[in-house]
Amino acid sequence: MKNDFYIQSYSHVKNGEVSVNGKTVFKTSETDFKLVMKAAYKKLIIDHPKFFKMDNLSKLGFLAAHVLLENEKEKNIALILSNKASSLDTDRTYQESIKNVEQYYPSPAVFVYTLPNICMGEISIKHKLYSENCFFVTDEFTPKTLSTYANELLESNKARKALCGWVDVDNGKYNAFLYVVAKKGTFVHSEAEINRLY
Amino acid sequence: MSNLKLELKEKIIEQLNLEDVSVDEIADNDPLFGDGLGLDSIDALELIVMLDKDYGIKLADPKEGRKIFESIDTMAAYISANKA
Repeated sequence: MKNDFYIQSYSHVKNGEVSVNGKTVFKTSETDFKLVMKAAYKKLIIDHPKFFKMDNLSKLGFLAAHVLLENEKEKNIALILSNKASSLDTDRTYQESIKNVEQYYPSPAVFVYTLPNICMGEISIKHKLYSENCFFVTDEFTPKTLSTYANELLESNKARKALCGWVDVDNGKYNAFLYVVAKKGTFVHSEAEINRLY
Repeated sequence: MSNLKLELKEKIIEQLNLEDVSVDEIADNDPLFGDGLGLDSIDALELIVMLDKDYGIKLADPKEGRKIFESIDTMAAYISANKA
């Protein structure tokens, strides 16, 4: 792997805590995912009420991206995300709404989130990104896939930066780790460093 | 009718996840879309499902929704006239 690129910043959202570059920016003792997201929204986001209409995966990705991109000037930022559960958390909710033929009331608002890449759409809308994006579904966090793809986009000038990482939600369990790859930064963009920060 | 209007406000807040809106903040004649509550096209589809699920009213033409969903007043009047 080439070391021409760097990790500019990174965020974690897990166990009721949001951190940026290892420093806690929000923490709650709440364990319920929706309550954690609501409290984090009121502390860190504030002005995007559509947040509450999002599914769990989009809320998680949106929050983890927001703390990295809120002061970012560059708009040609590719999105390269990944997870294990895809949109299964929302797929189940939708399945519930259509499983009974006598009570068949599919929810349009739930249906629109039954793909994991919608999470990237929400991030793109908020930060006005018209960039490349890709969502990988893998059994476990795979830095090699993410870094190979990010390097290719940056080397070919398809993007000037890349927001990469892991955004996974299923049955109340959640974990997000996002990082911005750029030409300048604190950490070398290598599999070892990505794994260490993860 | 006033009970129905209150019920509609509560349902809209809950089903459309209007987290920062309370029943008191929705006037009966406030526009639900555009400059009013700011609902969008997906919300309109949710309201159509709500009419069917909760009041037994099927909209044959979704375009009818434009007038029906203008405000709580228009929704309540339509439901009262067409409830199954």
